[in-house]
Amino acid sequence: MVRDADRTVLTMANDYSGEPAQFAIVIPVPTVLQRGQIHVGDRAVMEHLDAYSAPRLVEYFDPDPCMRYEALQSAPMSQGMARKSADSRNEARERSLGVRIEARYTVGEYDILILSAKQSGGLETWLLENGYSVPAGARRVLASYIRQGMKFFVAKVNLGEQQRLGFSYLRPIQVAYESPKFMLPLRLGMVNADGPQELFVFAITKNGRVETTNYRTVRLPEGMDIPEYVKDDFPRFYRAMFTRQVENENREAVFLEYAWNMSWCDPCAADPLSADELRSLGAFWVASPNSGGNPPQTGPQTTFITRLHVRYDARHFPEDLVFQETADQSNFQARYVMRHPWKGEGSCDGIGEYRRSVRERRVKEAETLATLTGWDLASIRRKMGGDWSDDPDKQGPWWDRMWKN
Amino acid sequence: MRADSSRPRPPLDPRMYQISVLSGLLIYGLGWLHFDITLGRAALLLSTALLTQYVCTKLWRLPKFDPKSALISGLSLCLLLRTNFAALAVLAAVVTIASKFLVRWKGKHIFNPTNFGLVFLMFLGAPIWVSPGQWGNVAFFGFLMACLGGLVVNRAARSDVTYAFLVSFAALQFGRAVWAMQRWEVPIHRMESGALLLFAFFMISDPKTTPNSRAGRILFAAVVTAFAGFIQFGLYRTNGILWSLALWSMAVPLIDRLLPGPRYEWTRPRQKPQTQGVIDEADTSPRHRPLDQPALGSTSA
Repeated sequence: MVRDADRTVLTMANDYSGEPAQFAIVIPVPTVLQRGQIHVGDRAVMEHLDAYSAPRLVEYFDPDPCMRYEALQSAPMSQGMARKSADSRNEARERSLGVRIEARYTVGEYDILILSAKQSGGLETWLLENGYSVPAGARRVLASYIRQGMKFFVAKVNLGEQQRLGFSYLRPIQVAYESPKFMLPLRLGMVNADGPQELFVFAITKNGRVETTNYRTVRLPEGMDIPEYVKDDFPRFYRAMFTRQVENENREAVFLEYAWNMSWCDPCAADPLSADELRSLGAFWVASPNSGGNPPQTGPQTTFITRLHVRYDARHFPEDLVFQETADQSNFQARYVMRHPWKGEGSCDGIGEYRRSVRERRVKEAETLATLTGWDLASIRRKMGGDWSDDPDKQGPWWDRMWKN
Repeated sequence: MRADSSRPRPPLDPRMYQISVLSGLLIYGLGWLHFDITLGRAALLLSTALLTQYVCTKLWRLPKFDPKSALISGLSLCLLLRTNFAALAVLAAVVTIASKFLVRWKGKHIFNPTNFGLVFLMFLGAPIWVSPGQWGNVAFFGFLMACLGGLVVNRAARSDVTYAFLVSFAALQFGRAVWAMQRWEVPIHRMESGALLLFAFFMISDPKTTPNSRAGRILFAAVVTAFAGFIQFGLYRTNGILWSLALWSMAVPLIDRLLPGPRYEWTRPRQKPQTQGVIDEADTSPRHRPLDQPALGSTSA
């Protein structure tokens, strides 16, 4: 989602994995879109954006405690991309009128219709008659959007075009429009949802971080030291941690995973997006380095990226997400630190002290992981391996340790 | 709770209660909700507000430095103002307090100071922001109780404007939901907002800047709500209530002229023991003060 003043470019990627013939999405949009306002994007750019901004694990290797040097290595771990299921199934029976096809386009592998409707019943019937399945309860939501003057962007896969183009997956659809509404409609997606849905919002703006104005935007806990074994299972750790945070916030919050001025990052999980990639996502103010016609850039142009992660359901998110762009330029990333102890041989005065500090660190790391994820502390320790015999919990009360009774 | 009316008691200043509630909210916001403000920034805002009040007290030759109102404004800024720049925080605090002394009409300041400070900087396009979503809905009922408690403690000093605002704002949200065929959860979710309570109980209720008559205050609350609704649902912009309050505050002198009423004062002199503490709405004996003399310890929020 790219936004500057009232100009908005929305790129929608989804994780639909069924038959392309079964795929359809219905999205409320604020205006009737012209052919030129619709575009099929490049999935690779979305994947790049995802990798660039994903929560990550940063590894530090302890130096030889008897020597002085440092090593730093960063291991990017990418989560899934924006995933929002929009498939639908159910039946209805009514017949009515009042649906108008404002426009009909074929863009890339998609057949696109822009519909306006007077009545939700009419729209529902029209969708059903034209082979779209409409979930129960959708009518009320459609009615609300119709009343607010929204149009409906309906996309289906054109199988012939898809074969001709040779894509085996569905590419993201992009729409560009001007509207003061800075929001994302969630409610149609919730109608047919079995449980909570996951949504990642990548916002690219000029001035600063994007946040929701009608829900709390919460920074994920970050910067904690976590045990080494998590490296092999970072996505599982991340999911457990995220679920735990969602519960802590009573499932009513939107989470900030990344907020960064794209002109630099340190360390970068993936290379920052190029000017061309940013433009392809809709950052129209970024000058393309290859286009000779553009006026030369005057100073660096800000592109600020915000990555929000929402797990939503109808009960805890009664309204659509409404956003505002803040002037906050401070950087944030959900990053977790893994410190590898020095494994080599050491024979110096400091080695005993170092080993003790590593043991203390392991105790803390286990506790941090248990707090973040809600996992059982004993099983975390088991997985961490090693000797827990000098664990404070097993050594009796602190006064015994103090006086070594 | 009514005190024994036969015995005079020291005047109860409603600002003391406001200071405690706002401090409690700030501690909660910093400690539990992780507001985008550091302790250092909060200290900077509070000390700048107090210092500005002190300097203005000297410049305007007021008889006594009263930190209470400045503290309330400073605390409100801590709860609302967000910026990456310390200099802007200082500027906001100075503008907020100085507005009480500079922007006046017939001896009464026009804007609620915090409202003016925020809207002034937003209007200039300064890189500041206000996060209406920062409160979430979890603490809503505790917050509401604290606010209502204030009304009880203060025996409802000019609380009619708060009630009128909350009723008209609820009518707006529910009316809009009926029109837009939305579920009841939508307007309820919009009403369960800490930002809304802060506004209703600590900003629009500022007895120093609201119209003097009850009819005037109810009219004032209604027009503030109506314009806030236009900003939210017509222009799709954030912080409609803040913009709308600043705009309509400018109409208060006119409302006072059309619907006159007694001027409000925070405390009343001890020599009048028949009414203690805050002035009741029924009080029909306004204390007049020369119009050219600035009000002491003016403001809230």
